[in-house]
Amino acid sequence: MTAVIGHWSIIVAFSLALWGMIAPILGSRDGRPWFFASTRAAILGQFFFVTLASSCLIYALVTTDFSIRYVVFNTTRATPVYYRVTGLWGALEGSLLLWEWLLIIFSGLVAWIYKERHRELMPWVLMILSIVSAFFLVVLAFVSDPFESIFPVPLDGRGLNPLLEDANMISHPPLLYTGFVGLTVPYAFAMAALIKGKLDEGWILTTRRWTITAWFFLTMGNLVGAWWSYHVLGWGGYWAWDPVENAAFMPWLPATAFLHSVQVQERRNMLKVWNLSLIIIAFALTIFGTFLTRSGILSSIHAFSNGPVGTVFLAFLAVVLLGSFGLLAYRADHLKGQPELDSVVSRESAFLLNNVVLVSALFTIFLGTIFPLISEATTGVKVSVGAPYFNSVTVPLFLLLVFLMGVGPMMAWRKASWDNLRRNFLWPAAAALLFGLILFIGWVRDFFPLLGFTLSVFVVATILFDTALAMRARRRIAGEGVLGALLTLARRNQRRYGGLIVHLGIVLITLGIAGSMSYSVERQATLSVGESLAVGRYRIQFEGLRGAQQPTHYRVEGVFRISSNGNESGTFSPALKFFPNQEAPVGRAVFRSTFTEDIYLILSGFSEVGQNRATLKVLIRPLLVWIWLGGVIIALGTIVAVWPVRRRVSAQES
Amino acid sequence: MAWRRTALTVALILPLIGILAYGFLRDPRYIPSPIIGRPAPPFALQLFNGDKLDLASLSGKVVFVNFWASWCPPCRAEANDLEAAWRRLKETDVVFVGVNMQDTEENALAYLREFNVTYANGRDPSGKIAIDYGVWGIPETFFIDPQGKITYKHVGSLGQSVVTAKLDEARRGIVSAKEGKGEQISIK
Repeated sequence: MTAVIGHWSIIVAFSLALWGMIAPILGSRDGRPWFFASTRAAILGQFFFVTLASSCLIYALVTTDFSIRYVVFNTTRATPVYYRVTGLWGALEGSLLLWEWLLIIFSGLVAWIYKERHRELMPWVLMILSIVSAFFLVVLAFVSDPFESIFPVPLDGRGLNPLLEDANMISHPPLLYTGFVGLTVPYAFAMAALIKGKLDEGWILTTRRWTITAWFFLTMGNLVGAWWSYHVLGWGGYWAWDPVENAAFMPWLPATAFLHSVQVQERRNMLKVWNLSLIIIAFALTIFGTFLTRSGILSSIHAFSNGPVGTVFLAFLAVVLLGSFGLLAYRADHLKGQPELDSVVSRESAFLLNNVVLVSALFTIFLGTIFPLISEATTGVKVSVGAPYFNSVTVPLFLLLVFLMGVGPMMAWRKASWDNLRRNFLWPAAAALLFGLILFIGWVRDFFPLLGFTLSVFVVATILFDTALAMRARRRIAGEGVLGALLTLARRNQRRYGGLIVHLGIVLITLGIAGSMSYSVERQATLSVGESLAVGRYRIQFEGLRGAQQPTHYRVEGVFRISSNGNESGTFSPALKFFPNQEAPVGRAVFRSTFTEDIYLILSGFSEVGQNRATLKVLIRPLLVWIWLGGVIIALGTIVAVWPVRRRVSAQES
Repeated sequence: MAWRRTALTVALILPLIGILAYGFLRDPRYIPSPIIGRPAPPFALQLFNGDKLDLASLSGKVVFVNFWASWCPPCRAEANDLEAAWRRLKETDVVFVGVNMQDTEENALAYLREFNVTYANGRDPSGKIAIDYGVWGIPETFFIDPQGKITYKHVGSLGQSVVTAKLDEARRGIVSAKEGKGEQISIK
């Protein structure tokens, strides 16, 4: 019954989406406002039916309705209720339903919020949203149906992949999907503006807040994914340049570029075609990402099921790219007449450079990701591109980006004066150079880490210095104290200070990546009971092996006593878990974080339990924890930037 | 002018779509087996009946080595065919060996009873034999000629006709150019 309701809800929603696609066209021919109003109704109707379908699947998962194939493969009777709910995104069909659900929630919000605004554009915005929604609904109804039944009905389900039973996996996929889906909204506005040939800036300002929101979820989705990789996968790393990771990361780059270049359009009415292209690319990359992960055309550590869905996504990707860029090329005449850059030394040129860097990074990552395909298609040789390529190409680009983060926000628009440069950069640059010199003398002799640390300090110094100047001005004008001045500044100029806080977060992530990439120490040794291994300031003594049968697996753990600089700091027990149907044991690494470094222990092998010898891998990863702290700061900054505060006067924004 | 620009844009996008579509024509996990044509890695298998079977002692015979597990559906699909082939051929110079991997002894024995398997079977609890043979998914089957060389590898379930034909080739020492594939394999 649940399956029938769910399946038919999707079919009904699909018909509504079809109506949403054609009604604006009929309306523009016919001129009757009824057609436009019905587009809005079609979106709200889709919202209702997709919500109903999603509720049906969640209900079936929670009540373990094993007549539905999807439920069988994603739960068992023993699965706790919260993991039954998260089974919604445990596999392909449910993930697509969740995606469609989020998409239609966003679309419904758009239809609801802009009931009175953007009257001319709205029908077309809703049409584009309906087209995207119709695509997902067609997949759900006819290609990978989450409500497909199974017969005979099994007594128990097969359950989730054990690696997915983790708290971070609860949040990682929905965060990413929300980010992906959020990018559909600016895309829909962009397409609507292109269709109508109405290319003034009104709509682009509207999309900015949506893009920030989407950007935030994308950032968090990627960071949580990295955290999960570090915390659960047990290899001591957080990023492997795997095709699927790249797929999740790539839309972030044009979205970030857009958030910066849109300010240039806002201020100076420049870069219209460029901004539209960035929006289209960002959206197309979300579809490309799903295509890549679900088509199985590239081999990835992320084991996803393949199927006909890949072909369907490719077809849609072709439609999106051809349709959008075709229309953009066709309309490009309307977008002419942009003023030229006044000076090379100005904020807009810094933003432009930032865009060039971000798009170059996107291009190199894209190329590396699909390189195995290109090489096999052209030379017939299987070549895959690994982390060394990505690291060596992207590190310089990202460092340049960090530099621009320090320079861009403090430069004047149009033309930065010599005075402006001296006032904003003299002291921060001096502080950073001094810091770099001290680092060089004392510790760091390698070029890229030294540059990374120095640039990070430079960015932090520019931000602190600029804020301090502004606070001093507030004190002089209004006599406010430190905290009062800070609050007023942030409230008066939310976007600027929100953005600067986000930059601080990015700097922390840079520190974490620079430290953990360049100065990790890795040791492996086979120890007998009582033997110890010295790594850095740690001494790790092997105390013995313990084995125990757990409900679902057999667990062997090694007990290690750690002392650092001679002080006892507790025992660690990394383990290996043997699941009866898994090829290899699942490792359970153990780590401890401090602000200066993480120590990470992996049990990589052992002799028979009785003989008590264990092979241990130890990683010391400096500064790694700052990556996660940076994420928290970014969240904070985004909240400051988008928090709805009523303003008395339209604040001077930058 | 606008149309020319549009056509140019389309012409730039199509190759990208083309190369992505090309991806469907290939299997990214396909790695040509380096083991075909090489001497079979030696192993000693502890059989369920308590005996020990050493591959070295089988030289001069055609050996059929099948990796399986009780939880693997394609293994179940081929089990009856394999046993039938064995009963037909057991009077000849052919030896069938089943290697059970990633399984519990209890489930493995139940499986052998269920399909009335009568050829030699043993466990590979540490997975060492499977690793030596580069087993990636199961079932995987290896055909070894009387000189101890692997002549053919088959991934996925097998039918009787292929078994007979490939055993015949192995007897004559004919090395297949490529590994074969059944409809499905299990990876857990």
